[in-house]
Amino acid sequence: MSKKVNTGPTYREMLKVFVGSIREYKTSSILSMLFIALETCFECVIPFVMSKLINVMQEVNNTDLLNTVFIYSGILLTLAICSFFCGISAGKLSAKASVGFATNLRRDLFTKISSFSFNNIDKFSISSLVTRQTTDVWYVQNAYMMFIRICLRAPLMLIFSIIMSAIMAPKMSWIFLVTIPILIIILAVIIWKCLPIFFRVFKKYDSLNESIEENVRGIRVVKTYVREEYEKEKFNKRSEDIKKDFVIAERLIGLSNPAMMFSMDISMILIIYFGSMVIVNTTSIVDDEIVTALDIGSLSSLITYGAQILSSLMMISMVFVMLAMSIASIRRIYEVLVEVPTIKSVEGSETEVKDGEIIFKNVSFKYKTEAKKFALKDVNLTIENGQTVGIIGGTGSSKSTLVNLISRFYDTTEGEVIVGGKNVKEYNLESLRNAVSMVLQKNILFSGTIKENLRWGNNSATDEEIVEACKIAQADSFVESFPDKYETRILQGGSNVSGGQKQRLCIARAILKKPKVLIMDDSTSAVDTKTDALIREGLKNTLPNTTKIIIAQRINSVQDADFIIVMEDGKIDGIGTHDELLKNNKVYQEIYEIQNRIGGK
Amino acid sequence: MKNSKKPAILRIIFDFIKSNKILFACAIGCILLTSVGNIAAPLTLQVIVNRLSSWIKEDLCQVNPQILKDIGMNVIILVCCYIVSISAAFAYSQIMAVIGQGYMNTLRKKIFSHMEDLPVKYFDTNDKGDIMSVYLNDVDTVRQLLINSIPEILICTCTFLTAFFIMLFSSLWLTLFVIGGAICMIFASKHIGGHSSRNFIAQQDVIGKEEGYIEEMMNGLKVIKSFCHEKESIEGFDKINKKLNDVSTKATSYANILMPVMGNIGNILYVLVAFVGTILFLTNSINVTLVGVNEITVGVIVSFLPLVRQFTNTVAQVSNQINTIALAIGGSKRICDLLDEEKEVDDGYVTLVRGKYDSNGQIVECNEKEATLWAWKHPHSADQSVTYTLLKGDIRMFDVDFGYVPNKIVLHNVTLYAEPGQKVAFVGATGAGKTTITNLLNRFYDIADGKIRYDGININKISKKDLRQSLGMVLQDTNLFTGTIMDNIRYGKLDATDEECIAAAKLANAHSFIERLPQGYNTVLHNDGSNLSQGQRQLLSIARAAVHNAPVMILDEATSSIDTRTEAIVTKGMDNLMKGRTVFVIAHRLSTIQNSDVIMVLDHGVIIERGSHEDLIAKKGMYYQLYTGAFELE
Repeated sequence: MSKKVNTGPTYREMLKVFVGSIREYKTSSILSMLFIALETCFECVIPFVMSKLINVMQEVNNTDLLNTVFIYSGILLTLAICSFFCGISAGKLSAKASVGFATNLRRDLFTKISSFSFNNIDKFSISSLVTRQTTDVWYVQNAYMMFIRICLRAPLMLIFSIIMSAIMAPKMSWIFLVTIPILIIILAVIIWKCLPIFFRVFKKYDSLNESIEENVRGIRVVKTYVREEYEKEKFNKRSEDIKKDFVIAERLIGLSNPAMMFSMDISMILIIYFGSMVIVNTTSIVDDEIVTALDIGSLSSLITYGAQILSSLMMISMVFVMLAMSIASIRRIYEVLVEVPTIKSVEGSETEVKDGEIIFKNVSFKYKTEAKKFALKDVNLTIENGQTVGIIGGTGSSKSTLVNLISRFYDTTEGEVIVGGKNVKEYNLESLRNAVSMVLQKNILFSGTIKENLRWGNNSATDEEIVEACKIAQADSFVESFPDKYETRILQGGSNVSGGQKQRLCIARAILKKPKVLIMDDSTSAVDTKTDALIREGLKNTLPNTTKIIIAQRINSVQDADFIIVMEDGKIDGIGTHDELLKNNKVYQEIYEIQNRIGGK
Repeated sequence: MKNSKKPAILRIIFDFIKSNKILFACAIGCILLTSVGNIAAPLTLQVIVNRLSSWIKEDLCQVNPQILKDIGMNVIILVCCYIVSISAAFAYSQIMAVIGQGYMNTLRKKIFSHMEDLPVKYFDTNDKGDIMSVYLNDVDTVRQLLINSIPEILICTCTFLTAFFIMLFSSLWLTLFVIGGAICMIFASKHIGGHSSRNFIAQQDVIGKEEGYIEEMMNGLKVIKSFCHEKESIEGFDKINKKLNDVSTKATSYANILMPVMGNIGNILYVLVAFVGTILFLTNSINVTLVGVNEITVGVIVSFLPLVRQFTNTVAQVSNQINTIALAIGGSKRICDLLDEEKEVDDGYVTLVRGKYDSNGQIVECNEKEATLWAWKHPHSADQSVTYTLLKGDIRMFDVDFGYVPNKIVLHNVTLYAEPGQKVAFVGATGAGKTTITNLLNRFYDIADGKIRYDGININKISKKDLRQSLGMVLQDTNLFTGTIMDNIRYGKLDATDEECIAAAKLANAHSFIERLPQGYNTVLHNDGSNLSQGQRQLLSIARAAVHNAPVMILDEATSSIDTRTEAIVTKGMDNLMKGRTVFVIAHRLSTIQNSDVIMVLDHGVIIERGSHEDLIAKKGMYYQLYTGAFELE
């Protein structure tokens, strides 16, 4: 690989990162290359011995024939068996090495992504993180296998064949000087022409598939507007367009076969013609012994070597194409592997969160350093231990951003967040997050039983504790109504429980942590108002020493809190009780009005 | 391609051949010619070698013009053969590229076009990932087969047969011996290939599982972080990753060892032939050939050996295609399954036409320019007459029963009237049958029992196309398409002018946010409009329905995922849209439906309460409970 400096990382840097993932498969990688090298040697020697066999069969007299054939057959048989075992070992080892490498790579990616902070996660889209761990790794796996199987084989075969033909017929070597460049030039032109077309057509193909997916997902819309014919026409046009590019690419690729034949045939003709001429011109019989510069057997061996030289060039070009095709995947994987988690636990940091007191001191925050606008600006706030605080505000007013700073999902840009008397940065991350329990807005249950999901909150929770938490979250009654109760399996994405049920299970899961601070980010939106009130009451009674922060859309979810924070455009617009805010806060009044005019009580 | 008796893969192959018979025949011809070169080379070489050795032995190395001439002649023959075979190889590679990609294009279009005509039921009952996989994977397996494997197999077969006949001309015994070896190779390839295919299929399964796991964990990444559950999730990943490693290593190993095994069986066969041939020669055995009986000579054996190599090489090459064929068999099966799905039938004969009132106050059909109204054109087969009914948007359901599967009725005895301009709302828990009712109105599904009348016409008589044309829909899933915002609005009416689209956007309250985007109406949307907020997408889908301008609208949870303040904006757009139309609204936020003319409360497929908001509140039934928040809707 060249060290050509690109806009992105250099190939050397990327290589270093990837080599790090080979680990325990280094031995099998190297061994498989070794076996492949041996196999290649046998493969090169075998035709040589075969031609010798043909040669001697024609020369020796009948009495010696059996003996000679026996010896040569023995040699050949041994070689074939050796090559057989080398081939099998190489095949198995290279499979082990490349699959293992891919396994490690996937693991490294998964582990790396698990260490990401929210900031890192936001940088990549979820679907691209999935692609990087699946499709992209496949490409790399195939390229790697191709590489270890061919990177020694092809050059060895090339060198061996050139040397052998040079030894057997030094006068004929010039033939390869003609045919090798011909093939190299043709292959280079094909690759050079093809790659851009392929990259282009792959992009188009992706977008075609995207539009198919849109149709599969949006079939109701297509059918409602009776756009089947329109969609077909649109699809046909794009498919035709792709066909045009594919035909060009395929035709170019198709050229490589006749091109290969062309160079092979030229070398055949040259070898046969000039070889015969050499034989005719140099062979003579001196004292009943045949003296010659080139014997007949060597002629057919030369042809075999010619074929091997050219096919090794073919293989090299294939590796090149393969690597070029997977370079995009390699880059995408590399991006994840070298991403540095922006938030890390400091060694030996504080593991004990004293209580649930929270202080924001002049906190400002923006998601990206290069962003002009602050998502949070100059926030000053004190929440005492055990208080219940409501946060209300429109979409985009940074309610979630504010609470995300408490459990240190993001680090403040300016100012500091203090929990239990210490800056959040001084805590061990795991201790902090266990003390600050968060029910996220976009909440998720995982496939597994209800009990398994709840144990996420506390691995060692007893059954009684689980039921207790569910009772507080008003989840116990519906869980008990399921035939399998707490052993009910949740399907992927939690699709077999309703939105309200899911939210209540998520709250129960958070309560199980026995946190010092409990944050509920719009987590009762699908729960009816009565149950919502029951949950709040339960929390108040059973967790009096836990600071509770409730983000809500509905005013009645927060109106009985100790105080309510009204957020507007990244700033605190007002702090106060329900009654105070109704009197003096415009935003609060407006929200109250909308909600009382339409909907809720 | 409708012949379910034949295996799917053959149907595809025959379909491919039929797609361009002449060019395919040319390609086959060229492939045959190509193999000529493959055979001619060793033969000519043999002739030259024989000539040279006889020259050494018999002419005692006396250089004479005859030998030079003979060699020259043979080389010229060889050159001619090569020219033919290279031109043929060139021609078939180009022809295959054209017809292969041409057929791929035809196949893609055929699948897509068939898919578009399938009933909604197909999409509801099949996994979207599985449908996509037909395009993403299965079509590709067929491509591999048609463009790479078939020519390869054809060439190999030709070479194989030619080598076989030449061998028969040389020696029957040795040929039989080689055949025995070839059978061994076939067994070996069947054994290894079988293991390999089995493991590849198993691998496919584990890959699916692992992708599922990765997707779930990536979607839940933030939850994982908030519960410090990284370690557990990595452990779960390791388990499945290890499984994939095991099965994948096996599959790849078997695929990798196939060639070395085949190649070396070939080598061993070569040695054995040389050995057996020698023994036959030394024991003066009788040699039987196709052209008669003679004696085995060293010459016969020597010329036989290269043929052995050629013969075994072709067997090995064909066996190398086993995995491609196995994959193509599975892929073509899934493709044919999709193509065999029954298309949606549209046997309605009542159509929607543009019309106007003539001087007698009767509706007559007319062209777009003069039209003042839409009318249902109802031809009567009994007396060949045609009646026109004004499209008003009057919908009535009488005792409708329906179930998605025959034995599970989800709607019971639903009767309802929606007069033109009325707003009818459905309230009820998930699975109560709200969306099902709308599925019946636009005939995504057909009712089991009862009647639905649209402006007095049985909807089964109305052509589906025109029925749907007369219904506007805004769904919870917005489903925007790749293209500009303008394109997406125009989706509702393809011949709408820019002005009409902008007017629709203004009506839907979408104009102001579109104007604020850097490229305005030319902003290109990707991936279901992921660069817009949920509320903005919703507004666009309302604008799309607005430009469609249908007399009847169905709004299914159109505002459910928007916060209250945004909803206030969207509601304004909706209210504009609903004016003067018959509207069916489904919403779980009761605020959206309070002002409906009729509210239907559904429970398990039965309408349990109906009436206006005030009526229902006064009734203090289910609706009252919902409204006061005593009951949860999901």
